[in-house]
Amino acid sequence: MALLSVDNLSVSFVTRNGTNKAVDNVSFSVEQRQITAIIGESGSGKSVSCYAMLGLVPSPPGRIDGGTANFQGQDLLALSEAELRAIRGRDITMIFQDPMTCLNPFMKIGDQLIEPLTLHQNLAKGPARARAMALLDEVGIRDPQAAMSAFPHEFSGGMRQRVMIAMALINEPKLLIADEPTTALDVTIQAQILRLIAELQTKRDIGVLFISHDLAVVSDIADQIVVMEKGKVVESGQPKAIFDNPQHPYTQKLLAAIPSGQKAADTVAPDPLIRIEHLRTWFTPTAGAEPVKAVDDVSLEIHRGEVLGLVGESGSGKSTLGRSILRLVPITGGQITFEDTELSSLEGRALKQFRHRMQMIFQDPYASLNPRMTVYDTLAEPLLLHGLVNKAGLDQAIRELMDNVGLARSFLRKYPHEFSGGQRQRIAIGRALATRPEFIVADEPVSALDVTIQAQILDLLADLTKEYGLTMLFISHDLAVIRQIADRIAVMYHGKLVEEGSTAQVFDSPREDYTRSLLAAIPGANAA
Amino acid sequence: MLRFILMRVLQALPVIFVVITATFFLVRSAPGGPFDQEKVVIPEVKKALEAQYRLDLPLHEQYFAYLGDLAQGDLGPSFKYPGRSVNEILFSGLPVTAELGLYALMIALIIGVTAGVVASLRPNTAQDYVPMSLAMIGICMPSFLLGPLLVLVFGIWLDWLPITGWGDIPGDKILPALTLGSAYAAYIARLSRAGMLEILSQDYIRTARAKGLPEWRVVTQHALRGGLIPVIAFLGPAFAGLLAGSFVVETIFQIPGLGRFYVQAAFNRDYTMILGTTVFLSSLIVFFNLVSDIIAAWLNPRLRHQLSGGGS
Repeated sequence: MALLSVDNLSVSFVTRNGTNKAVDNVSFSVEQRQITAIIGESGSGKSVSCYAMLGLVPSPPGRIDGGTANFQGQDLLALSEAELRAIRGRDITMIFQDPMTCLNPFMKIGDQLIEPLTLHQNLAKGPARARAMALLDEVGIRDPQAAMSAFPHEFSGGMRQRVMIAMALINEPKLLIADEPTTALDVTIQAQILRLIAELQTKRDIGVLFISHDLAVVSDIADQIVVMEKGKVVESGQPKAIFDNPQHPYTQKLLAAIPSGQKAADTVAPDPLIRIEHLRTWFTPTAGAEPVKAVDDVSLEIHRGEVLGLVGESGSGKSTLGRSILRLVPITGGQITFEDTELSSLEGRALKQFRHRMQMIFQDPYASLNPRMTVYDTLAEPLLLHGLVNKAGLDQAIRELMDNVGLARSFLRKYPHEFSGGQRQRIAIGRALATRPEFIVADEPVSALDVTIQAQILDLLADLTKEYGLTMLFISHDLAVIRQIADRIAVMYHGKLVEEGSTAQVFDSPREDYTRSLLAAIPGANAA
Repeated sequence: MLRFILMRVLQALPVIFVVITATFFLVRSAPGGPFDQEKVVIPEVKKALEAQYRLDLPLHEQYFAYLGDLAQGDLGPSFKYPGRSVNEILFSGLPVTAELGLYALMIALIIGVTAGVVASLRPNTAQDYVPMSLAMIGICMPSFLLGPLLVLVFGIWLDWLPITGWGDIPGDKILPALTLGSAYAAYIARLSRAGMLEILSQDYIRTARAKGLPEWRVVTQHALRGGLIPVIAFLGPAFAGLLAGSFVVETIFQIPGLGRFYVQAAFNRDYTMILGTTVFLSSLIVFFNLVSDIIAAWLNPRLRHQLSGGGS
């Protein structure tokens, strides 16, 4: 018998603007000791289905319209709030997407860890702490004793996710629901966390419901895959069947969106547009303290017309390098030459005149657009600021931009919150292109987006690079994405450049151990 | 930590200095003087008086002399109450005003936090609208209107509570404290509602619910601490404001506190008294701001880390 079997679950959200069916007649099951993965984009209803069975969807506006969720002979949907609370955190536990925000910043890790034990098992504090420390050790926290009295902000994202996993396992649950547990993490950390979940699952014989938007991530670990689109299950089956012979067009689309393959090698004659020599960007947190060497003695050339992929984990200094080139952060030493101009010494007006030739696209399209400016104003600002068009030509220029980035002209008067993440990134790209730059720094431009949207934006960037004759520094922690778009790759680690070469070279015969470990961490070796 | 406090104290000194200087010259530029109002004084006597209070010196010399006295903690003699120093008068009125302010603050906290938290639990329902509308009325209603209204209802119609005095009849402290505290209760209610709403939408609240904690424990153990930080940061300025703003309530209820002297000093051109009270109250405001900043920082582990990392 299945550990959990959900049948015909329907959930809707009732708002003033009408009823929105988030989950429509969804059925799936999790077998004992197996991993079922639910795949879908944001808004497909995959998380809502799981939250609804546990009573974690706030009502109103949420409303469960029907269905059953059988767990160990009980229908979760028919239980009272108190009965459900007794199961939640004891038999069914959860880990969430963003470990940075899921732990209470005001409570010590230890106090948060033992809460489920004292709550559900009435365990005294002493034994509960001993148990928590043993588990921290098991999930790979080095100094459990110290961790118990630390606050969450003292830990990195990967460590916090380990703490979350320990917290979810502390009551020895039967079912673990993991909601995008690795989406917010770097590739190498993602691989570690995935391995940890798979390991613990086998060791403890628990069932896992794994929610993700990324087919590649689950391909290695899932026993069963359920694909959801717009609140409905469109396909389900064993991973092999799904990958080899996808039936539904949406599944095919998801598979096609997994970044794979390599950019056809353009033979660009190496004509350096930007030369970086011994660049150092150090931050000194407080006077007299040891400086943080975010970029430490990096020398690099970016050739005209190429896309240079810059790879590294968070904290490797790759974003700082991008910002240093654009002079968005003060540099400590070294030289940056753009064509024949020494950028590092430019100030004031001379620098401003240069700015329109170099632009930046940021990671988070939700945060990088001014929420109080319409698309029109966002696009008009750089054009007018740099005096590139007069008032009469403004409308025309903006309409062209909208066409180029694939947005309908009717969107011009709308505000950023009215757009989806992918559309916002298109606006951000349009804003960057407005000044007709020669060089663009794209800082993780697709990592906040769903896979299918990610593929669209990558295509758009590749097209625009050709059309505008752009040179691009493409920063990402995701090697699969880099491989698809970059001509050459540079790898950064702890502020230093550790490897540089053509995309084929780096992927096929990496020279450095660190590059090899990055390559090994790419999820979905089965999928490709 | 020590460095943080020291830095803040150093930042406060120029503020207080500007307050002293501005008050000193503004008061002097107002027409009239301390000995102008009452019966006509013979010029010789007036001269002697002015000499006694250093009023015969050029203005800038008076200013520097005052600063010198102030540096030694001496606020000078009162012009209006001969034989008493401003220090004496201040410290005779302070305990009463401080007690009133403290009660008002406690009332404000209890009513405000309760109303704010209750409202935040079910936003945009009656449970939210009713306390928040009351809070809006509380903010809008000035104490010189609310005070007499409370007197009318509880003192005269219902005849439950005494309507004047301080410590003479049991229960006579209730109405003044309520009058003074209500605007602050309203403000605290709005602050705690906003703070709680923000925290309750955080991911870690979902984590707490996923653990199976009952809702009251989610609120008290996980949400309150973060949600009330804005309230705590506001307590310092609030208490200082209560002390400085109590004169209306003290006048309505005939309470022998600081506020009365302050207002009278302004009418009397009692230079040293006006200056002394202003300097004293502005120092209090700065001091309580500092205290609440430290507490708020201490409650936030991330800031606490920086504080103790900053060289204690």
